[in-house]
Amino acid sequence: MVRARVKAGNDAPPARRFSPGDPVRVADREAVGHCRTPWYLRGKAGVVAAIQGRFRNPEMLAYHKPGLPALTLYKVRFRQNQLWDRYAGPACDQLEVDIFEHWLEPPK
Amino acid sequence: MHDHHDHDHDDHDHDHGHAPPQKDHDAGPMGAYEVLEEAVRSLLIDKGVLTAQEIAAQVDVMDSRSPALGAKVVARAWTDAAFKKRLLADTRAALADFGIDIGTLAEFRMVENTARVHNVIVCTLCSCYPKMLLGIPPAWYKSLAYRSRTVADPRGVLAEFGVEIPNDVEVRVHDSTADLRYIVLPMRPKGTKGWSEEQLAATVTRDCMIGTALPRARSPAAA
Repeated sequence: MVRARVKAGNDAPPARRFSPGDPVRVADREAVGHCRTPWYLRGKAGVVAAIQGRFRNPEMLAYHKPGLPALTLYKVRFRQNQLWDRYAGPACDQLEVDIFEHWLEPPK
Repeated sequence: MHDHHDHDHDDHDHDHGHAPPQKDHDAGPMGAYEVLEEAVRSLLIDKGVLTAQEIAAQVDVMDSRSPALGAKVVARAWTDAAFKKRLLADTRAALADFGIDIGTLAEFRMVENTARVHNVIVCTLCSCYPKMLLGIPPAWYKSLAYRSRTVADPRGVLAEFGVEIPNDVEVRVHDSTADLRYIVLPMRPKGTKGWSEEQLAATVTRDCMIGTALPRARSPAAA
């Protein structure tokens, strides 16, 4: 059957920009097309919770490009009361989202 | 018998037409995406990329997946600590050991509810869902209301599902944005000591594995 997304092999270079525990900020820029970074997180600060592996770039795959080299995908954790001005729940509530490396920056 | 005939006519309103009361499933004009799907499918078959049999086989695979499959996995995790450990560490491999092939389209992650954390799954960008374990998602999972409100007001959404999470328990929302699909491993309900895997699995509904419900113990006899 069709294999639209194939996990990249181990031959991809291991270098990655961030490690678990690192504070990061989601790039605050616009994107046209098939982008997997939600709008509500643009410009928001979070912390790398885990490395999810390397995956082909969905922004290229959607347009029949190979999406290589594969990008590191990070699980990023955000505090809910830092995402929403009037968050109703307690301070312990969090949100986790998988974000590709090219959308993450060091905090300002 | 004569009475019966009269009774039928007294009771039955006859001012309808003679079309069958249930509409044909594809009555009315095709939508744009239906046209697109049929066109692409026809082309794939005509060009020899796929056969009609392969497409039908894939539909069968999808139909074989349902929340009952996920519930069996959860019940095994509750009764087999080694399996649970593997399930949380390498979901794909643990499911393969259990006889479930999740395919190559996405990776899976099981996230564990504990006394300190309650997990809930959403996909704000589209409707990413662990179909290969739970089958087709419910319609509400794909609704704009669930998708937009769950990230901003998860406790409010959970309350509407009848789930109240105490304020000293973290609510952790997982927005599935990329190549991973999330499934909640709920906490085993109290009052189920000594229950069989089958009895335990009966407490695990689809919503328990999305995070919008909690498993509830019913008596083993009723389970």
